[in-house]
Amino acid sequence: MAEDITISQPPSRWQGATDKFFRGLCYTFAWLSIFLVVLIVFRIAMQAGPAVRQYGLGFLTTKTWDPNQEQFGVLPEIWGTVYTSLLALLIGSAFGVAAAVFMSEGYLGGFIFGILKFFHVQFHPFWGKLPNQAEYTLKNLIELLAAIPSVVYGLWGLFVVIPLIRPACNWLHAKMGWFALFSTDLSGPGVLPAVVVLSIMILPTITAISRHSLSTVPPKLRMAAYGLGATQWETILAVILPTAARGIFAGIILAFGRALGETMALAMLVGNANVLSISLFSPANTLAALLANTFPEAHPKEISVLMYAALILLGITLAVNVIGAAILERTSAGLEGGK
Amino acid sequence: MRPLLRGVFIILLAALSYPACSSNKTAGGVKLSGAGASFPAPLYQKWFKAYSSSHPGVEIDYQSVGSGSGIKSVIDKTVDFGASDAAMSPEDQARVEGGVQLLPLTAGCIVLTYNLEGVKDLKLSRAAYAGIFLGKVKMWNDPLIAKVNPGAKLPDKPINVVVRADGSGTTFVFTKHLSAISPEFAKNPGANALPNWPVGTRSKGNEGVTASIMTTPGAIGYIEYGYATSQNLPMAILENKTGAYVAPSTASAQAALAAVPLPDDLIAWASDPDAKDAYPIATYTWLICYKQYHDKGKFETLQGLLNYCLTDGQKDSEVLGYIPLPSAVSDKVKAALQNITLAPNAS
Repeated sequence: MAEDITISQPPSRWQGATDKFFRGLCYTFAWLSIFLVVLIVFRIAMQAGPAVRQYGLGFLTTKTWDPNQEQFGVLPEIWGTVYTSLLALLIGSAFGVAAAVFMSEGYLGGFIFGILKFFHVQFHPFWGKLPNQAEYTLKNLIELLAAIPSVVYGLWGLFVVIPLIRPACNWLHAKMGWFALFSTDLSGPGVLPAVVVLSIMILPTITAISRHSLSTVPPKLRMAAYGLGATQWETILAVILPTAARGIFAGIILAFGRALGETMALAMLVGNANVLSISLFSPANTLAALLANTFPEAHPKEISVLMYAALILLGITLAVNVIGAAILERTSAGLEGGK
Repeated sequence: MRPLLRGVFIILLAALSYPACSSNKTAGGVKLSGAGASFPAPLYQKWFKAYSSSHPGVEIDYQSVGSGSGIKSVIDKTVDFGASDAAMSPEDQARVEGGVQLLPLTAGCIVLTYNLEGVKDLKLSRAAYAGIFLGKVKMWNDPLIAKVNPGAKLPDKPINVVVRADGSGTTFVFTKHLSAISPEFAKNPGANALPNWPVGTRSKGNEGVTASIMTTPGAIGYIEYGYATSQNLPMAILENKTGAYVAPSTASAQAALAAVPLPDDLIAWASDPDAKDAYPIATYTWLICYKQYHDKGKFETLQGLLNYCLTDGQKDSEVLGYIPLPSAVSDKVKAALQNITLAPNAS
């Protein structure tokens, strides 16, 4: 070689230095966020200390919240938090996953395509774009649900949902009051309105993540299922959904986390009463609502108690995430189709 | 990447230097900051705005964060003055070095509003409304209610009680009154900013309680008079200590305040006024000042401001639904302004 021209060359000192610096920066920020979480938990635990020592585990199992007698217990709040979140998750997952299947299977697009075909304009430069655009709009509409502020959901629940469901609820109570779920009447705020609104709030999380996960299912799996003579219904239930299960579960767990921590809408709809009841129509309370309502006017002594309650909420959220991750590992292990 | 990084650094720098720029004094002027009760907040905001616009260079900032937080801020000395509907307990006062001076600047009353179709001017006896909030009186056609409301079409429906979910001075005053008229209520749940109500659903703030009552047939709850008048809500006529039934109004609330002598510390509770024309649930709300100020500008501004509030300012209160102080009271409060002094080593 006459001339020693190489395209590749070792990194210059400057490049090496910036590279190291950037890597360091990334590490720092990553550790910083972990440090922040630890710091938050530590600070809450510190402030909760006096209450933990004074009330101990009895705090978790008693149901009186009376600042006058200095008796504090959060059993109704723990129950309310878990009960509303689980019910909302049940409704939200059913609708959310169904909506995700509807979108990923392209039903809406197919339907519009069919109409266009009837008029012989399915490949028209303008009309031909309609199926895709309709799908896109539907996807954005559902994701838009996540952008509605919590307080708007609360107001909507208060002024629309409650008056709407009250007659049906009170009819159910009158006719089937012997059934534990209907054992009280719905005066206004209560578990059911809170659950209905909460399930709508968590719907976009479930739908968006499930849809993404469904769209990554390899097409060959679907074709193979059809090739074996499976119907569309069977293909979706037995092949597509199990393959996408990991992502769907992840979405559901994320949604559960959001449901547990949701504050404003629940504080407006759940009734905030220290009642421990399985009835869907009874008022209840949640930990997040208790904290939001009580903090601004709390005495120094109460603050420690509230920090204890916050610690419990943190614990529940953490437990849900850990259990969720464990379930995810176990259930999705054998479910996925060949890749 | 480079411009982006630079942008991030500039933002970081700006964020870091922000606390350095903000100080208590605005250029050539005086800044007073206060925090506390949300009940008198609309009136305070109006006063402070009027005063600072007629006094150039004066800036007064009021955060309506609730009585409890207001007291906390005064103890922590993070504000120049506080405000509270529940006054300030002697223990809390003792925690402030140099002492505090409480000044009642305005008053209000608490009304019971309800949602009953076709029932106007609902009358409630003392036993009836104490019973309702104890969960003892459960139905609207209870004899206790029906007896004093002849001719009213009271439905055979449950009473849906709505109370405040957040700790509030309004609740404190209301439960203090209920404790005064009902020994049973005094024993349990008792007077508190957030008591352990035996009955009802809970909503946040006056607006939350109002929304719950308006959307729930058969509901009853307590809210501030000013809020009820501005929303045009029905207000129950209550029996007072003398047995007379009195509707809430500025005059009847002033009668309640006048029935209670104001002691030297200016903390008086009209928990159960004993006068024929007095509405039973009325209360003062207090501004909490330190007894000594170390900043001359702040001291003079505060004195000027308080003088304004106690004279011209009182004219604004009725429009906003507050109760103007009876003149005997405002004279006494003005005299108490002398207890607020400038520290000898002031700058």
